[in-house]
Amino acid sequence: MFNNLPFIAAAVIGGIGLTALLFRRNIIKMIMGVSLLEASVNLFLVTLGYRQGGIAPIFTNAPEGPMVLPTVQAMTLTNIVIGIATTALLLSFAMMIYRKYGTADAGSIRKLRG
Amino acid sequence: MTPGIIAQHAPALIIALPLFAAFATPLIGRYSRQARDAWIFAAMAATAAIAAVLAYQVYTVGTVVYAFGAAAPHIPLPIDSGGIPIRIIFTVDAMSAFMVVTAAISGFAVTLYSLISESKLTGRDGFYALLLLLITGILGMVCTGDLFNFFVFLELNSIAGAALIAYRNDKGVAIEAGLKYAFLCTIGGLFVIFATALLYGQYNALNIAMLASRIEFTMLDKVALVLLLAALAMKAGAVPLHFWTPDAYSMAPGSITALLVVASQAGLYGVFRVVFTLYSVTLDYFAVGWIIIVLGVLSMFIGVTMALVQKDVKRLMAYHAVSQTGYMLLGVGVGLAVLGQQGLMDAYGLVAMEGGIFHIINHAMYKGLLFLTAGAIFYRTGTRNLNRLGGLGHSMKWTMIFFIIGALAIAGIPPFNGFASKLMIYESVFLFNPLLAIIAMVVSILMLASFVKVFQSIFMGPRLPEYADVKEAPLPMLIGMGILAVVTVAFGLAPAWVVDQFVAPAAAALVNQSGYIASVLGGL
Amino acid sequence: MNMSKVVRAAANLLFPFILIFGLYIVAHGHLTPGGGFQGGAVFATGIILMIVAYRYETAVGRFSKDILRNCEFAGLLIFVSLALAALAFGTGFFYNWVADTGLIFGASVAPGANPGDLNTGGVIPLMNLAVGLEVLGALSVIILYMLSGTREEA
Repeated sequence: MFNNLPFIAAAVIGGIGLTALLFRRNIIKMIMGVSLLEASVNLFLVTLGYRQGGIAPIFTNAPEGPMVLPTVQAMTLTNIVIGIATTALLLSFAMMIYRKYGTADAGSIRKLRG
Repeated sequence: MTPGIIAQHAPALIIALPLFAAFATPLIGRYSRQARDAWIFAAMAATAAIAAVLAYQVYTVGTVVYAFGAAAPHIPLPIDSGGIPIRIIFTVDAMSAFMVVTAAISGFAVTLYSLISESKLTGRDGFYALLLLLITGILGMVCTGDLFNFFVFLELNSIAGAALIAYRNDKGVAIEAGLKYAFLCTIGGLFVIFATALLYGQYNALNIAMLASRIEFTMLDKVALVLLLAALAMKAGAVPLHFWTPDAYSMAPGSITALLVVASQAGLYGVFRVVFTLYSVTLDYFAVGWIIIVLGVLSMFIGVTMALVQKDVKRLMAYHAVSQTGYMLLGVGVGLAVLGQQGLMDAYGLVAMEGGIFHIINHAMYKGLLFLTAGAIFYRTGTRNLNRLGGLGHSMKWTMIFFIIGALAIAGIPPFNGFASKLMIYESVFLFNPLLAIIAMVVSILMLASFVKVFQSIFMGPRLPEYADVKEAPLPMLIGMGILAVVTVAFGLAPAWVVDQFVAPAAAALVNQSGYIASVLGGL
Repeated sequence: MNMSKVVRAAANLLFPFILIFGLYIVAHGHLTPGGGFQGGAVFATGIILMIVAYRYETAVGRFSKDILRNCEFAGLLIFVSLALAALAFGTGFFYNWVADTGLIFGASVAPGANPGDLNTGGVIPLMNLAVGLEVLGALSVIILYMLSGTREEA
């Protein structure tokens, strides 16, 4: 149970993110939801590579013993970088929409229909 | 560089070249506009040439593998690694090469076209940089043999695509479309990386060939499959996740929409790769095949019925794109449903798959052509509303001819390429299930009806006073459209040759999972 | 608007240290946790601190968008060029062609546990520097553009 705590945390964070994404109408809050979802995936990735009592996978002056898996950490890092790019893009879209429509409410900016 | 080096490193150069060109574009653009335009044109031409070299290698020699960062890139497994591919490996088989050729032709035509179509507008440095990045994303998605790398290129594709959709903000409406696309693609991307994590956690591998050799179809694999299919079908614009397509396709600049069609097809390629190569033998072919068939039929039908009522010419074409994606899913789905039953496969399964795959390149050509004509009409008249357009046949003759070619091809009229691939789909699907073939034909007839309406309202009728001084589109735009039109007609005139040379190897490569694995892991 | 004098003095005091710390993270990316992206992000934080402490106009006057944009593109170009340069040696794209050559960052790695030598790693530290340059430019430009967007309403 205790070992699975990070996975549960990832699920909870992801659930909060999805809820925000689906049930909030404010664009900024929806972007927060996307960020939370991303954070949950990152937590899941890092947890996958964790070994009990493992040390950081750096060979400089490394003591004997298990190391945590570096591949998933590299994946997480890449995902964070991509996440920054998407969040910046979404936020600048939100800013421009606010400037053009005067609102950030997803329900009232639907000009495109049909 | 000597030709030998180019041939040897084609899989890397096809990514590196547009990437390098994209980053250099704003720097060059700061000093000279002409130099920048020439640079973009040269870079895209070189990329297309490398795509041709790569495709030639793949079709003559066989699957090309390329390990990044290795001293000898053609050896996928380092000698001391114990048979584990530790590097990012590009695995370009015939199916990938087929998609590379599609993207290269379309990308070249679009680049040429957009050099003129954007020339009156601001912020072109960023526009062309993003255009080249989008092409990089597409090429990377179809070439890579690594699941995580696939995700990275998917995100590159999505971010560049979303930014381009919103680039001409048009009183905020385009931003709305871009925002919708960006949201969906980000969530889709997170689905893909979550599925990647699920697979990596179980099998300790990211290489698709390695994963395919180890996969066992556990409960978690099923979850990963659903996530991957949902995300990639969304990217491909299939019903029920099609709702971004009309917004994004109609609000993006005309040239970008033509390229977005290819970007969506890269998602479709992802669906096929996941189903045929990654999971393949572990799947229940019949069930998954039928899921894809049902998605395809729904896309076909909903797309065309929604298209009939549209007023905006590009929105109408966008719904047709949804409908066309349905044909590809139908063809390949039928192939999947009978995969493993050699008798049925020989009887019609393989033909259905070839039809579906052939339809991918045909669709990219004629739908790209149609979107480019719509862009040219918008460039000259400033409107896309069918009720306000009319009488353009008098002044834009070439555009009208290109539109006719595209419209006849999409409706499946001989001798254009749409007929060739649709005929293959009809014939083979009829043997599988007659009802599906009848639906496909009815959809095709509805498509013709809606294009007759569009043609009538844009080009026919008396010359309207407000468009009295409308001229023909500029020459480079016409050349861009002409490239696609020539391919459309040529593929329609010699379908048998194209199918034998390009499509059949692609379909065979898709079915041949063990061949894909062996190309990376060696003969097992 | 300007923050209070205390904040501005503290920001001025911290600014060079933040930049040096960012540079340290970039330069030691191949030895310790960190690397181009992280270091570049720290670097950009310093610039954002100045924007927070001073008015937007002052900050824009001090860091030109053009230079930052040039940083971004130059970093990316150096990165791809380093990867492409490997082709000239007849090796694969992204091959580490500097390692063990005795050039800068090209010393051989000593065997066994050791404290690590800055002068190793081949193209990895060079690429870290390129990425650091790119990230510092890109993140600062994003912030500056976003601020210039909000300023019009205020």
